[in-house]
Amino acid sequence: MNDNKELVAGTPKIKINVPVPLAFCQGCQHGSATRVIWDSLEDLGLEDRIIWVGGVTCGTVSAFISDVDAIGPVPHGRAPDIASAMRRLSDKETIIITYQGDGDAIAIGTESLIQAAARAERITVFMVNNVNYGTTGGQMAPTTLIGQKTTTSPTGRGTNKEGFPINAAELVAVLGGTAYSARGSLTSPANYNKTKKYVKKALQKQIDDIGFSFVEILSACPANWGMPPVECLKWIDNTLTKQYPLGEFKDLDALV
Amino acid sequence: MMDEVVFIDGNEAVGWGALAADCDAFFGYPITPQNNITEWFAKEYPKRGRAFVQTSSETASINWLYGGASVGKRVITSTSSPGWALMQETLSHMANTEVPCVIVLVQRGGPGQGTTRHAQMDYTSATKGGGNGGYKNIVLGPYSAQEAHDLVQVAFYLADKYINPVIVLSDGIIGTTLETVTLKKLEFEKLPEKDWALRGKGRQKDKKRRVLTSAQGLVPTPRNPSFVALQNTLFEKHSTMEREEIRYETYQLEDADLVLVAYGYSARVSMEAMSQARGIGLKVGMIRPVTLWPFPYQQVKEQAKKGNKILVVEDSLGQMLMDVKMACDDGTEIGLVSCLDRHEVMEGGAIYPEKVLDKIRAMME
Repeated sequence: MNDNKELVAGTPKIKINVPVPLAFCQGCQHGSATRVIWDSLEDLGLEDRIIWVGGVTCGTVSAFISDVDAIGPVPHGRAPDIASAMRRLSDKETIIITYQGDGDAIAIGTESLIQAAARAERITVFMVNNVNYGTTGGQMAPTTLIGQKTTTSPTGRGTNKEGFPINAAELVAVLGGTAYSARGSLTSPANYNKTKKYVKKALQKQIDDIGFSFVEILSACPANWGMPPVECLKWIDNTLTKQYPLGEFKDLDALV
Repeated sequence: MMDEVVFIDGNEAVGWGALAADCDAFFGYPITPQNNITEWFAKEYPKRGRAFVQTSSETASINWLYGGASVGKRVITSTSSPGWALMQETLSHMANTEVPCVIVLVQRGGPGQGTTRHAQMDYTSATKGGGNGGYKNIVLGPYSAQEAHDLVQVAFYLADKYINPVIVLSDGIIGTTLETVTLKKLEFEKLPEKDWALRGKGRQKDKKRRVLTSAQGLVPTPRNPSFVALQNTLFEKHSTMEREEIRYETYQLEDADLVLVAYGYSARVSMEAMSQARGIGLKVGMIRPVTLWPFPYQQVKEQAKKGNKILVVEDSLGQMLMDVKMACDDGTEIGLVSCLDRHEVMEGGAIYPEKVLDKIRAMME
C-alpha cells in the first residue's frame, strides 16, 4: 500500500488550468503518467529550468497544462531531435524532456530516438506506451501485442505480416550513449511509486550529465482496448507485462 | 577575418557569411553538391566554440533547426534537392510556430535522385511553400559567391525580423565555382530581443512560461488565440514581406526591347548573352530577382506594359516562368530558355550564353 497519500491526492502546483480540450478518455492513464512526471519535477525542483517537448500523442496536452516552458506538438516522432538541439544550445542547468507516445517514439520517430540515445544526448525521453495509436482511434502500433486486435489488425496482429512488437526500453538500453533505461506501470500505488523512482533517476542522469535517459510507462487505453478501466489495469498486470516486463534495464554512473 | 579578400566557392562563402552573421549553430547532413558547406562548419565552428552537428538525416536537420530556433539561437542548415524535400513537414511547423532559421538549398537536377550536379528545379517548392498549409518563406537567390556570402547575412536578419524561415536558393554551379569574395560583416538595424524563446520559466524576465506551438486548434497562445487568428497573423506577415522586402537588380533596361529574367547561375549566363547581344546591336536588358519570393512582379509588369518582349532563362522546365506570366498581360511575348536547351544531354550539361543569344535573335529578328 502507498504510505504517502499526499502524493496521490491534491493537485501539484505545476498544473495550471488553460482552455485546451481535454484529450483523455475515462480511465486513460496519460493523466497519471503526467502526474508522475509532475511529482518528480517538483521533488527535484526543476520547474523553473525545464523545457518540455510534447510529441504527437493524446498526452501532448500535458505540455500545455504544465506551468513550464513548452513546445508541441512537434513534428511526429521528432521530439528527440528537437530536444537534442535545445540541449546543445542551452546551458547545463537547463533540463530538457520529451513526452511521447509509443507510435510517436518507436514507429515514425525511431530514427530520432535511437540516434539521440546513441549520441548520448543529455535529454530524458518519456514514452507512454498504450500499445496502440490512441489519438487516431486505436490502430496497430509497433508495440501492439501478437494476436492483439486493433482497427488495422482486425483479426489480431500476426507475426507473418505485421511482425513482432518492439521493446523500446530494452532496445534503447543496448546503445552506448544510454545511461538509464527503465519501464514502469501505474496500475497500483506501489507501481506508481516505483515508476516515480525511475522517472526521478532518469532526470538525475541528465542533471548529473551522464548520458541519455529513457523511461517507458505502460498506460491503459480503455476506449481503444474495449475494456472497462479496471479490467485494463488487470490486463496490463497479467498480459502486457509478459511482453513488456517492468524494471530497470540500464543504470550507469558513467558511460563506458 | 573582416574585409579579407579570399578565393573560395559559393558553398564556403555560405559558411563565412553565417559566421559574420554570428550564427550559433550548423546542423546538417551530407548531400552532393553542397558537402563542403557541411565540412566547412565541421572544421571552422567547434574551434570557435560554436555548434556543429552532423545529423542522421535531413528530416533530423530541420528538426534540429526547430529546436535550436526555439531556444532563441541563430541556426542554419544546408542541403540539396532530395534533402530539401525531406525538410518540408517541419518547415511548415516552423512557419506556423513562428521561429526563425536559414536554410541553404544548393539545387541539383531532379525529380527524384536526378543528378548530383547543378539545376534550378526547386524554385516552385521553395517559393510557393513546399510543405502543407500555405505558408511563405522569403527566398533569396545568390548569383555569385560574394552574393551567397552577403545574402546569408541578409537571410539571418530577415529571419529574425519576421520570425520566419528564410531560404537561400543557390545551385550547383554557384556553389562550386571559385571566385574572389570580400569577407565583410554587413550591418543591419537592431532587432528586439527574442522574448518568445524557451529558456526555462524561471529565466524569463517576467518569470512566466513561454509556449510555442504549431497547433492553434489545440492550444491558444497570446499571439494567436485561435486558428483564424493565426491565419490573420500569417496574412499580415506575408503582406508586409511583399510590401517591404522585394529585392532585384536591373541591367540596361533604359532602351531595351527585350528583357531577360533570370536568377542564380542562369543570371550569370544571361548577363554574358546580354553583352553578346548588345555587341551585335540588339537592345537587350535584364531583371534579376534577388528575392524570388516575394517576386518583383511590378518590375516585370512595367517592362511588359512598355511592349517589351520577355525571355526567361532558368535551368528547369519553366518554374519562375509562371511568376513572369502572372506579372505580364496576355499579349506579352514571353520566351523560355530551359533545361531542354542545355549544351549536352548528360548531367554535366548546362545552359550556355550561346543558346540564350540564339533565342534572343529568334525573338528579335
